[in-house]
Amino acid sequence: MTSTATMPQPASFGRRLKRFMADRPLIPLIILLVILVLILQVLRPGIVNERWIANTAKFAIPLAILAGCQTMTMLTSGIDLSVGTVATMSAFIMATQIVNQDPTVAFILAMLPAVLIGLVNGIGVGVFRVHPLIMTLGTSLIGTGFLQVYQRTVIASGARIPDFLNWLGTGLTYGFPNALFLFVPVAVLIVFTLNRTGFGRLLYAVGDNERAARLSGVRYWQVITALYVISSLLAGITGLLYIGLIKAPSLSLAEPLVLPSVAAAVIGGTSIFGGRGGYTGTIVGALILTVLTTLLTILHMPEGGRRILFGFIVLFVTAAYLRIIEDR
Amino acid sequence: MMRFLRRQGWVAGLLALLFFLFVVTKLIQPGYGSGDFGSLARAVLPYAFAVAAQTVVVIAGGIDLSVAAMMALTSVTAASMMNGASEEYAYFVVPFVLAMGLALGALNGLLIVVTRVPDIVVTLATLFVLQGAALLVLEAPGGAAAEWLKASIVGTMPIPGLPDWAQAWVPKALVLLAVCLGIVWIPLRRSRLGLSIYAIGSDELAAFRSGVPVARTRIVAYALSGLFAALGGLSLTISTGIGAPIPGPYLLASVAAVVLGGVALGGGKGGLLGPIIAVFVLRLVRTDLTLLAIDPNVTAIIEGAIMVAVVMFGAFITIRGRPAGATP
Repeated sequence: MTSTATMPQPASFGRRLKRFMADRPLIPLIILLVILVLILQVLRPGIVNERWIANTAKFAIPLAILAGCQTMTMLTSGIDLSVGTVATMSAFIMATQIVNQDPTVAFILAMLPAVLIGLVNGIGVGVFRVHPLIMTLGTSLIGTGFLQVYQRTVIASGARIPDFLNWLGTGLTYGFPNALFLFVPVAVLIVFTLNRTGFGRLLYAVGDNERAARLSGVRYWQVITALYVISSLLAGITGLLYIGLIKAPSLSLAEPLVLPSVAAAVIGGTSIFGGRGGYTGTIVGALILTVLTTLLTILHMPEGGRRILFGFIVLFVTAAYLRIIEDR
Repeated sequence: MMRFLRRQGWVAGLLALLFFLFVVTKLIQPGYGSGDFGSLARAVLPYAFAVAAQTVVVIAGGIDLSVAAMMALTSVTAASMMNGASEEYAYFVVPFVLAMGLALGALNGLLIVVTRVPDIVVTLATLFVLQGAALLVLEAPGGAAAEWLKASIVGTMPIPGLPDWAQAWVPKALVLLAVCLGIVWIPLRRSRLGLSIYAIGSDELAAFRSGVPVARTRIVAYALSGLFAALGGLSLTISTGIGAPIPGPYLLASVAAVVLGGVALGGGKGGLLGPIIAVFVLRLVRTDLTLLAIDPNVTAIIEGAIMVAVVMFGAFITIRGRPAGATP
């Protein structure tokens, strides 16, 4: 107490850095991204070119949208681990239903499980107050079960990737990936919702101090239910995009994206305890992770090592942000 | 006194439910006998250890999301160490793997205490890390188990003085489970340490003020959880003869059985017996579904739905027990 009052100027470098990180998390994140790209360029001279950038963007976009689901749920101190299953379900149902159905019907059928899982998640978390992690893990197990049953019924008819999704997933327009046509509106919408609408403010309010939010008349369960349905819908749309990119429908299509999506949101400065963070940081976080993955692939790091690294990143970043908050 | 009655009442109710399920099983399959009971005990083994691991931590007021990943890692470690090795080598492998579980569990606790990041985030991060490590040890299911270990859970336990018909109902797996859990749990429950574990789960601040070493107790609780998870991993390797690096559905199952077993998710209440009986109940439901010739994938859906319902019910009870408006 007294030290701050008597001598304000000699704040240590570490403390200033912390303050800086807390106030403008985007700048150090972008610096980190640039450093990673430079390392990549040094390791493989000439790898960083237009095609590489387009390719990186293509793979970062599905991750960034799923990380958007995590960002929004984390703002309410939740998490959505069912995004992988939901994305896989939508993708698989789309690819198999398009064979016999009208595209619109197939799209609605593909989005149906997303809405249902989101609804169950929301009711479980909002009304019954189950921990979001356990709840979404449970619904993703159930979803995978349904998918396996469903798979048997469509073995005969086969699967096909609709041309439109192909175009969206892998196509380029003037060197820009077409996926941006989907991503830019989604990103703008998320940022706008979080920063400029009442719903966005409710998310922050609920995550920051749930009791205060309740006492000021926020209907907690309605906010949470809406949030998890939106999160699931986004995951479903990501699944459609991802199937256009990967082009091989399988029952574990989007599962590998779940852990990185959590890591991307955490790196982007969204607090896993709720109330703090935003989507712009998450987007940079997703880019960092995609570049990092490329780097690790070049260094021949196996999948296991990658997961270990992601785990440590989540732990380290969370601990670091915790210190910053305590410092204030 | 009332609490004692209520807790024992819960366990007694579970036992009645278990008995009722046995009657149902007998009705569905009149030939259900001691052999089937033996295979039930074998199937329960890994689940029971997972639940024991979760129970210790939940009683101490925490949660361990890394249980399933820990089991996967210890399982693949044991399987790959025993692969091609002599039978005697397994005498070294078993204590080694158990020590590994103990150490990794203690690391979980240490990270929680040192970083002051909430347990749910730390164990989520270690979930990633342990999963990755399991993949590094063994990329695909493989390895082997020593024959004497495999034999240790097959068949029945010869108990002198017991008639043959009764002996048939004492499968080795059940005895192994009872011995392993009893050796650790019963002395613990009666010791100062056990009391401390209940104390920090019930009210951390009160425990701290009464001189309970909170940090040390928490680390011990997680270490014990790691030990039980390692036992679970070993039993997985023994019963399947191989190790699989992908974690099974043990996390959700462990949480569901803990809730069903009458252990409050807030901590400080309940024992080990309830959750273990709850595991038998959950497994027997699965057996019944299989006996009814229901598609295994549909069984997975029903099982998942039951577990989610149980967890929802448990969370609902917890919020009812709290003063209105309190934040979790």
